[in-house]
Amino acid sequence: MTETLTVDGLTVHYATREGALQALRDVDLNVPAGQIVGIVGESGCGKSTLINALLQLMSENARIAAGSVTLEGEELVGAPSRRLRDMRGRDISVVFQDPMTSLNPVLTIGRQMHDIQYREKISRAEKTRRAADMLGRVGLPDPVAKLDAYPHELSGGQRQRVAIAMAVLMRPKLLIADEPTTALDATLEVQIIDLLKELQREIGCAILFISHHLGVIAELCDRVVVMYAGEAVEEGPVADVFNTPSHPYTAKLIECDPGRMKTKAALLPAIPGDLPDLTAPPTGCIFRDRCDKAAEICRTSPTPSAVTGAHWARCHFAGGGRQ
Amino acid sequence: MMDRLKHSLIGRLLADPMAVFAMAIIVGLVIVAVFADVISPHDHTAMNLADRFAPPSSTYWLGTDNLGRDTFSRLAQGSRIALYVALVAVSISGLIGLTLGMIAGFGPRWLDNVLLFVFDTLRAYPTIILALALAALLPRGLSTVIIVVVITSFSEYGRVVRTQTLSLKNAEFILAERAMGASAARIVFHHVLPNVLGPFFILAAMNLPVVITIEAGMSFLGIGVPPGTPSWGATLKDGFDYIRNTPWIIIAGGLPLILVTLGFTFLGEALRDQLDPKLRKSR
Repeated sequence: MTETLTVDGLTVHYATREGALQALRDVDLNVPAGQIVGIVGESGCGKSTLINALLQLMSENARIAAGSVTLEGEELVGAPSRRLRDMRGRDISVVFQDPMTSLNPVLTIGRQMHDIQYREKISRAEKTRRAADMLGRVGLPDPVAKLDAYPHELSGGQRQRVAIAMAVLMRPKLLIADEPTTALDATLEVQIIDLLKELQREIGCAILFISHHLGVIAELCDRVVVMYAGEAVEEGPVADVFNTPSHPYTAKLIECDPGRMKTKAALLPAIPGDLPDLTAPPTGCIFRDRCDKAAEICRTSPTPSAVTGAHWARCHFAGGGRQ
Repeated sequence: MMDRLKHSLIGRLLADPMAVFAMAIIVGLVIVAVFADVISPHDHTAMNLADRFAPPSSTYWLGTDNLGRDTFSRLAQGSRIALYVALVAVSISGLIGLTLGMIAGFGPRWLDNVLLFVFDTLRAYPTIILALALAALLPRGLSTVIIVVVITSFSEYGRVVRTQTLSLKNAEFILAERAMGASAARIVFHHVLPNVLGPFFILAAMNLPVVITIEAGMSFLGIGVPPGTPSWGATLKDGFDYIRNTPWIIIAGGLPLILVTLGFTFLGEALRDQLDPKLRKSR
């Protein structure tokens, strides 16, 4: 299978007063062509850093210490900024979390959609036609009239549809969806998920879907990567990972999902403990301090061990290990 | 797109009674300034010593001053000076402030600090003290007034534009644009500038009457226009000297100042309500 996106050993550090904050450590990730891969993890696990690193749009104090990011075989780390700018929006594009802030408030939808096509050598009328066509495809009623609307004149769900239309307008190879449903209510969430599925079939792009909502990931994605404190701790086909979680963190995460609770409880379950200090991450397993199964062996770093063919976990007890 | 915005903006302003009032005053001022020579019943420089300190009458609508010059004619000529100084000074200081503010907001940190230091230093200077100092150095005239206004007010535009740019720089839609492959120049001119212009024009409209008042104030203090020039401030000063016996001169000199200040301020407020898409009342 050809890979659209390959991330290999990506390590990103932020320079802080307390020293280098190791936001991502040795992250591997593959997004095969035409597939939807989910990334799940709590706040602070490095999801945003990962997106910024994929786009090569990192804050000034961030540095890629090691690793590579390739899009259809082309290396992005260290690529000239001209080339990167050329690829952004055309080969790789993003839908952001909050549709209330991801559209320019003083420009009409049409103007913003024209703007994205600034590299295309086609007439204005053709650009307008394409924009309206895409707005229609994402399910906005009366797309031609919507071109003249300002973002504040649309509802949250409509705005997110506009943002998606903008992201797929140039038919990218990879679409990154950064929690695109978090800011929306539950009924809209389902609609947006269906829309992404449909667009994926139509356009054939690969989608990297970031969320902390396990149900959405299960519904939408082919594969899922579980991230914890800057490491990918488990990866595999969605059904395998959710049915037989092989990293204790994944198992805890699933236990804490309110949608899966069977018995009434006054308090929602939570994983005790806090994220480790990433300026001085503990040696050995990153999850050790919060893990029930922690043993002496966890003082050494676990390597990814296969559970089944395409399913692995970064735990000493995973797969063939002692359970 | 600009056409559309302009048309709909004017349309919306016309629906706002306060804006209509403001625009009526401003249009009136412009008409008086353009046709000052036609509507003046007398030559504004002609002295008629027989009619010194004449009260308002059908011959002298607003009376005459100590040299027997017609106050109405002088005020009509004065509107030209007021408009000229206001427009030139606000354009120059606005352009400088807009440019420096966007550079400060979007540029590197050290440049921001340097420009901020300049803005703060200039803001800390009281206008009148600076005006007196510059008046001592420069020849008396309208250009000195304009220089004083530019030096004291461009920092205000600069600060507002810088703050706007800074908050926009980290806005998600700017990040989204960068993720869509837009260049820095594209982001600045297509996405930051239109967001900055709203507050900028509001500030400019609010600043026009301030500039007119500074000109009048400097002329009142005798450091503005040369003697004999029919500036509103000069008329006020003439009237001030004789306020006990002939108060109508200073009243007549103050009226246009009050009206124009009200007009531009109301326009600024109406613009603020209309230019911010979120404040705009949908009808």
